[in-house]
Amino acid sequence: MTGTRQPIERADVGRTPRGAEEPRWVKGLLIAAALAFVLVFLLLPLANVFAQAFAKGWTYCAQSLLDADTRAAIRLTLAVAAITVPLNLLFGLAAAWAIAKFEFRGKSLLITLIDLPFSVSPVVAGLVFVILFGRQGYLGPWLEAHDVQVIFALPGMVLATVFVTFPFVARELIPVMQATGTEQEEAALTLGANGWQTFWHVTLPSVKWGLLYGVILCNARAMGEFGAVSVVSGHITGLTDTLPLRVEKLYHDYNLTAAFTVAGLLALLALLTLVLKTLLEWKQARDDGRVEREPETPTA
Amino acid sequence: MSIELRNVTKRFGGVAAVNNVSFTVQEGELMALLGPSGGGKTTVLRMIAGLEVPSSGDLFIRRQRVNDIPVQRRNIGFVFQNYALFKNMTVFGNVAFGLKIQRWRRQDIAARVAELLEVFELTGLERRYPHQLSGGQRQRVAIARALASKPSVLLLDEPFGAVDAKIRQELREWLVRLHHELNVTTIFVTHDQEEAMEVANRIVIFSRGNLEQVGTPREVYEQPANEFVARFIGVMNVLDLEVRSGVARLHELEFPAPGLADGQRVRIGFRPYAVQLASDVAQFRYRAVIRHTFFLGIMLRLELELASGLILRARITKEEYARLGLADDREVSFQISQYRVLGNEAAALAPEQAVADPPRLAVTDNL
Repeated sequence: MTGTRQPIERADVGRTPRGAEEPRWVKGLLIAAALAFVLVFLLLPLANVFAQAFAKGWTYCAQSLLDADTRAAIRLTLAVAAITVPLNLLFGLAAAWAIAKFEFRGKSLLITLIDLPFSVSPVVAGLVFVILFGRQGYLGPWLEAHDVQVIFALPGMVLATVFVTFPFVARELIPVMQATGTEQEEAALTLGANGWQTFWHVTLPSVKWGLLYGVILCNARAMGEFGAVSVVSGHITGLTDTLPLRVEKLYHDYNLTAAFTVAGLLALLALLTLVLKTLLEWKQARDDGRVEREPETPTA
Repeated sequence: MSIELRNVTKRFGGVAAVNNVSFTVQEGELMALLGPSGGGKTTVLRMIAGLEVPSSGDLFIRRQRVNDIPVQRRNIGFVFQNYALFKNMTVFGNVAFGLKIQRWRRQDIAARVAELLEVFELTGLERRYPHQLSGGQRQRVAIARALASKPSVLLLDEPFGAVDAKIRQELREWLVRLHHELNVTTIFVTHDQEEAMEVANRIVIFSRGNLEQVGTPREVYEQPANEFVARFIGVMNVLDLEVRSGVARLHELEFPAPGLADGQRVRIGFRPYAVQLASDVAQFRYRAVIRHTFFLGIMLRLELELASGLILRARITKEEYARLGLADDREVSFQISQYRVLGNEAAALAPEQAVADPPRLAVTDNL
């Protein structure tokens, strides 16, 4: 029985896609166009970065990384990211929790506001902080009187970076948390767990991949941010230059190889981010697969 | 008594999801909260658990007022409709969760979990994750988890809703046996009247947030408190009659209604078993053709079509069906042996009237 049916099915499988699909040459053209675009605009420049970095050999490359000002820039970048990412992790968790688990007035406004940094030019974000905390700014005189420096110093750069990167964690978590619902948390409560235990044992593990994903994206942007940080940093070599600012300065000094070496460092970070992102997406898809396999039931 | 609700109301926004409900559940009972979707039954269950707080009224568990006692300290076990298993934990982790929270000793936890897994036929599945279990296994894990720390009350929200019809029957019998063995006060929510009738000692019936009736399955079936209950529990034929010259009629069906004004409308209801059938078309007053026969085990339900096109439902045993030599498309004669006069949906029902010779419609307030 099965033996006689199989060839027919196979013939069907062969026929249907051909009927529904575009002609072969359209498919080929589209793929070729996409590949060419990726090659010219993404892969070539990336390869060029590394080619330029190594143009004068390994030793020169190493020397430009060991340069005192560059090392200061690396340290500053790490410091900014080390402060920014945990802050946005906390903020993102709180915002996603509020949006996914509670109903309240102004919820859609909050969702819109979380996206604001995506739509505002980073330069504007930087200027906002200059206007607030700068010497001529609203809070400037007070800060000066108390000997607190925000603009042209680490606090200002952290503020600008926090502003630019704050959507990443929240945006990753909101859909994950909404999909999970509140039943598992309620189950934990009926079993005697308090709020903190419920969060730690139930909520956090169920969103861990989304959270990590958000953190990685947030970190990549925090280290790579140029516009907003550029406005508030003041470009003091060895003091307030982050890696992207350092690249620009080296480039303007006609120190091309050094500029590309530092740029290569940032590019490596980007590649690492991509690899981690792909891994996490795969993990998350696997976990979501579990959810979908659970039986669907109508709500009472 | 184990649980008491006294004038409990729950409002969401301005809408009363549960409206002034009072009932008690005795220690060791297996009680069903029954009603259509949106009837308020799940809200009642969640209030008993402490997952919702009543807007007004009092809630007692073992004579202690628990309105202000948080869910963690009510000592209840709750089984969610979709089980809500912790999907990042194994079967062992799920069942042990409550015990770990209560800081049981490690070996006590291991012993208690092993004991539960044996009772629930889950031994050997300790290291599985919820996504690696069948629907029935997941439900048993959920119940084992809820019972782990020996709660005084077990609450189940639509416990059979998420499994397919085949295992549902097994699970019903299993729940009854489990309740018999553990003897823990159990309350479950269902929208399936058959399920409630089969499993529960007593049933609380809700509709639109109101409590309609509390009683044993037999009481709610034989003495429904009002039309809603009568129609929700089991099958009922309802006729809309109009009075003309002392007779209430709908097509060929007539019921004497002396003293009622012309044009007045009367509604009556009767159960399928109240329709008496005869194969001799001259034996009873009315005639009909059997349109469909539904097999319900030892009982059969027949759909009768009258000459006017009116459809009535009758119920008869398999033996009687065979004895009368009935079949689809056969013409039969019938009479209605018992019926009730219906008022509006929520009004108390008039007593059932036995038809001794020509049926008479009593003049009651319900008309």
